[in-house]
Amino acid sequence: MSLEALPLEMIVFVVTAVVAVVAALLVVLHRNPVVNAVALIVNLACLAVFFLLLRAPFLAAVQVIVYAGAIMVLFLFVIMLLDLKAELHPPRAGAFQRVMAVFAGAAFLSLMVLAMRRSRSTFAMKEVADAGHGTVERVAEEMFRNHLVSFELASVLLLVAMVGALVIARAFAETPDPQEPSA
Amino acid sequence: MRPPTEWYLAIAALLFTIGVVGVLARRNAIVIFMSIELMLNAVNLTLVAYADSFGASDAQVFVFFVMAVAAAEAAVGLAIILAIFRRRRSTSVDDINLLKW
Repeated sequence: MSLEALPLEMIVFVVTAVVAVVAALLVVLHRNPVVNAVALIVNLACLAVFFLLLRAPFLAAVQVIVYAGAIMVLFLFVIMLLDLKAELHPPRAGAFQRVMAVFAGAAFLSLMVLAMRRSRSTFAMKEVADAGHGTVERVAEEMFRNHLVSFELASVLLLVAMVGALVIARAFAETPDPQEPSA
Repeated sequence: MRPPTEWYLAIAALLFTIGVVGVLARRNAIVIFMSIELMLNAVNLTLVAYADSFGASDAQVFVFFVMAVAAAEAAVGLAIILAIFRRRRSTSVDDINLLKW
């Protein structure tokens, strides 16, 4: 079997899929928040690989820079700021809550599988072999020609979020807690 | 040979479900937040998979906006968690019940 004949994209997909699911399970199941955060970074990197396989190199780069870089550093920073000793032995969720959560998840998954089976015919026949789509040029053209207002609004949203985060993190710290009995 | 679109959709559905279970079963506010990020990313994967299947570039623009909103949400949400922790010394959602009654 020559190297050309190997279904390389299939192999990459399967390996990445397994790693992504295991990492996602670690995010939900592991008790240490730092492990949760690192597993989430692994999961986000796996999604970047999926984006590359799906011919979206720009999004793969943004995924690594914005998600795995900026957002996860923010998460890790907050975890470091908090008292981890208390978090390592949190009051666990009740058995009833966990069973119901898994039940709800199973119901949700079966619903989505059903929806995908129903809608299969709508997308299976529309496989388009457009080699050019998804390149940075195409995405930039789409963004700055057809969605320019949304793009500018997104920058305003980020500015508001930044100011809001600053105000919330400052103001809450200075006002006394009405529920806390004064010691 | 490329993996079919259904495979990506199946993985995205699985990741979204794991995120749902995480939000419902965990009590640490930060882990609940991470589970929400998991769900947002699963939705992004679905969008990109469909974009590749249909040969559409505008779906990638939407994914870009979803990422921007997720970044804004993470910043504000983590600030709230931080502020609550400063006052309550806890990030368990069981201790944050001011709005329950």
